[in-house]
Amino acid sequence: MTPLLEIDNLRVSFPTTQGRIEVVKGVSFTLGRERLGIVGESGSGKSMTGRAILRLIRSPGEVTAERMMFDGTDLLSRSERAMRPLRGARMSMIMQDPKFSLNPVMTVGAQIAEAVRAHETVPRRALANRVREMLEAVRINDPDRVARMYPHEVSGGMGQRVMIAMMLIPRPDLLIADEPTSALDVSVQAQVLDLIDELIVNNGMGLLLISHDLNLVARYCDRILVMNSGEVVESCAAADLHAATHPYTRGLLAAIPKINETRDVLPVLDRSAWSGT
Amino acid sequence: MSARDWLLDESPNSRMQANAGRFYRMGLALLRNPLAVLGALIILLLIATAVFAPWIAPESPVGQMLDRRLLPPSSANWMGTDELGRDIFSRVVYGARITLMIVALVAIIAAPLGLIIGAVAGYFGGWVDKLLMGFTDIFLSMPKLILALAFVAALGPGIENAIIAIAITAWPAYARIARAETITFRSSEFISAVKLVGASDARIIGLHVVPLCMSSMIVRVTLDMAGIILTAAGLGFLGLGAQPPLPEWGAMISRGRVFILDQWWVATMPGFAIILVSLGFCFLGDGLRDVLDPKQAGKS
Amino acid sequence: MTAISLKSLTISYGGIPAVHDVSLEIGDGESFALVGESGSGKSTVLRAIAGLAPEWSGEISVLGAPRGHGPDRAFARTCQMVFQDPYGSLHPRKTVDSVLSEPLVVHGISERSGRVSEALEMVGLGQEFRFRFPHQLSGGQRQRVAIARALMLKPRIMLLDEPTSALDVSVQAEILNLLKRLRRDQGLTYLMVTHNLPVVAFMCDRMAVMNAGRVVETAPSSALRTGDFSDPYARHLYAASGGDEIAPKDGQ
Ligand SMILES: Nc1ncnc2c1ncn2[C@@H]1O[C@H](COP(=O)(O)OP(=O)(O)O)[C@@H](O)[C@H]1O
Ligand SMILES: Nc1ncnc2c1ncn2[C@@H]1O[C@H](COP(=O)(O)OP(=O)(O)O)[C@@H](O)[C@H]1O
Ligand SMILES: [Mg+2]
Ligand SMILES: [Mg+2]
Repeated sequence: MTPLLEIDNLRVSFPTTQGRIEVVKGVSFTLGRERLGIVGESGSGKSMTGRAILRLIRSPGEVTAERMMFDGTDLLSRSERAMRPLRGARMSMIMQDPKFSLNPVMTVGAQIAEAVRAHETVPRRALANRVREMLEAVRINDPDRVARMYPHEVSGGMGQRVMIAMMLIPRPDLLIADEPTSALDVSVQAQVLDLIDELIVNNGMGLLLISHDLNLVARYCDRILVMNSGEVVESCAAADLHAATHPYTRGLLAAIPKINETRDVLPVLDRSAWSGT
Repeated sequence: MSARDWLLDESPNSRMQANAGRFYRMGLALLRNPLAVLGALIILLLIATAVFAPWIAPESPVGQMLDRRLLPPSSANWMGTDELGRDIFSRVVYGARITLMIVALVAIIAAPLGLIIGAVAGYFGGWVDKLLMGFTDIFLSMPKLILALAFVAALGPGIENAIIAIAITAWPAYARIARAETITFRSSEFISAVKLVGASDARIIGLHVVPLCMSSMIVRVTLDMAGIILTAAGLGFLGLGAQPPLPEWGAMISRGRVFILDQWWVATMPGFAIILVSLGFCFLGDGLRDVLDPKQAGKS
Repeated sequence: MTAISLKSLTISYGGIPAVHDVSLEIGDGESFALVGESGSGKSTVLRAIAGLAPEWSGEISVLGAPRGHGPDRAFARTCQMVFQDPYGSLHPRKTVDSVLSEPLVVHGISERSGRVSEALEMVGLGQEFRFRFPHQLSGGQRQRVAIARALMLKPRIMLLDEPTSALDVSVQAEILNLLKRLRRDQGLTYLMVTHNLPVVAFMCDRMAVMNAGRVVETAPSSALRTGDFSDPYARHLYAASGGDEIAPKDGQ
């Protein structure tokens, strides 16, 4: 069986006053119908990796790769036109802040319906039913009322659930979730992630979960890639994250305070330990 | 260490070096925009022409030589002569002084007035805001040229009164911009932080709020210059601005209107000057907007 | 002696109450945390103490002196605040040097240059940062500048509004260590807002849990090790913050 996503030597660069700099420097991985996490600090190139897969990096940004296959089709050779039916329908992306990703002048229900209509023709009644089912699936109690609300009328957690509904209703094979819960409170975070997890597992989808939170990724993924300044420095099974060997990963893990903290000083990352090479 | 390195130093050694570096970087960014450079060159040309008018102009802009009325452009009179036999080129060159003076005076009067009224209204909000903005809206709701006309009619025609009238019509737009800008950051944390230190409201407005409104103000004033020149020309054209024999471009067009069919150059030459300078300010303003745009400034 | 005492404090915005009937006593030299979800009114409490949310009723006293409703100069010397957003708390057109000099100028304090370089050293920034603009600093460096600014007037109380929530964990560790060291060296009192319970475990002695504008429980931070909370909301927050993982680990 071919994997869902195969990325080989992905590079993303931007022009700056100091010439072109690479923000993703040769990332390779394969993803089956499983949950893969990408962690790293801000600026490490996680979002750029996610966006490059969807070919969402605009000029002057430049993407190169040796191979970028999605379910047997080559993403690199596709034109922008040919990408459109893939995006949304077969691979979707959830962004960090629902406030910026939802159209403020369209009701939530209309936006979710639009996500279906962009890719298939569905009779009106069936569409309304599917929207209601989807809203129920993301545990919105009163789907008919919520469908008529505008994005500014829903709370952060509910907005993120609406985003998930919108991204999952076309039944994609791959979901890229870029910091899906960073704007949410801890108590809501778990609900949203449990929900994503359940939908992924039930539908046999692939998940690429991008986050800066190591504990969260360890909890919700099968495998983890740790990124630092555009490179994957470590790749391991989620269960083995706490036995990570790379000094960067170890440094990050040690710097996180624990709920039963007894240390007097938190160890600080010594960046010279590996970036010297 | 070269001057360039000194200016681009990431770790400056003094406040002066830091500010010089900031302006140098802005200048560099501006130079990358060809239209902005063109605009800046046109305005430099205007300033140079105004300063060196007596040396550039071959003749006096006033006086009359009735024996050579309405001559077409030639090697002796590059832009021809007008109905009193004056060299149009010389008059256009001297006219640069008047245009520059109008532009500078309007900017000096209207921009700070609008800036302060807008910043005060935006910073305090509440009834101060309602009062000041109500006042502003009264001015804003009247067509500029009509308002200027009314003022000139009341004050009497003349270039000084025209400038005052234009300034009075120009400030409300600046007050609106400054207020809108101030409102976006009046409750931001850096303003809260200076309040907490115990700084007075006057200090906060003067030293913390106004500098942030400055860039959008500079952009807006630059873009407005074209309109101001045109309003001044319009007043001149209507005979309410500069009075003869002052070589004001609008007044010159007005005089040339009578001969527009047979002696086109009389009205057209000062018209070209107005268009060129207006374009210059527009190009520069557009370029400045790209450089000074606050969203741009946040990133590096 | 109590550093901050709040008695039945109700704070409103435009007539609508955001915080209801909060009473707290924070001892001198203590590090006290206010935790809760966003919108629960944590920042509002700090803003009322600082004088930035003037619509309140009840009683606020700081170091025994009753507090007025607006910012004032004398108060500025006893109590300062560090804000959440390192990108929004520094004036974009002012160098680090002028940000740090401002409190000294306002209070007519001389020897500014010396005090500025001393403050930079205190927060672990080299002199090469002194004349940089905020856009030339990273998030962690900006937060150090904000802490230095709060320390310029040598206050005894610091109000910290989520000082590390916008930072990466590695940078958060540096800032938390810095705050801890400063408190020890200068005998400061901290009132710190956060939604991150592990940060409380590291930094604070006691905590108050807020929900929907009310304090629902006050507990010592040792409760984070044992899970000893009585209020259902506090227990929920504790469980969501990783408290539910401690019990099985202890069992191993
Ligand atoms: N348009 C751009 N031009 C230049 N550099 C960029 C641009 N967009 C992003 N970058 C840089 O790319 C790097 C990686 O960004 P990103 O993938 O968003 O990081 P993160 O891991 O936080 O998601 C950052 O250092 C950022 O500064
Ligand atoms: N300037 C303001 N005007 C009106 N309401 C506000 C303002 N600031 C905060 N609020 C409201 O007060 C409540 C508490 O906010 P806040 O203290 O910022 O919460 P927290 O810091 O716990 O996230 C929220 O419901 C918020 O909507
Ligand atoms: Mg990102
Ligand atoms: Mg807050």
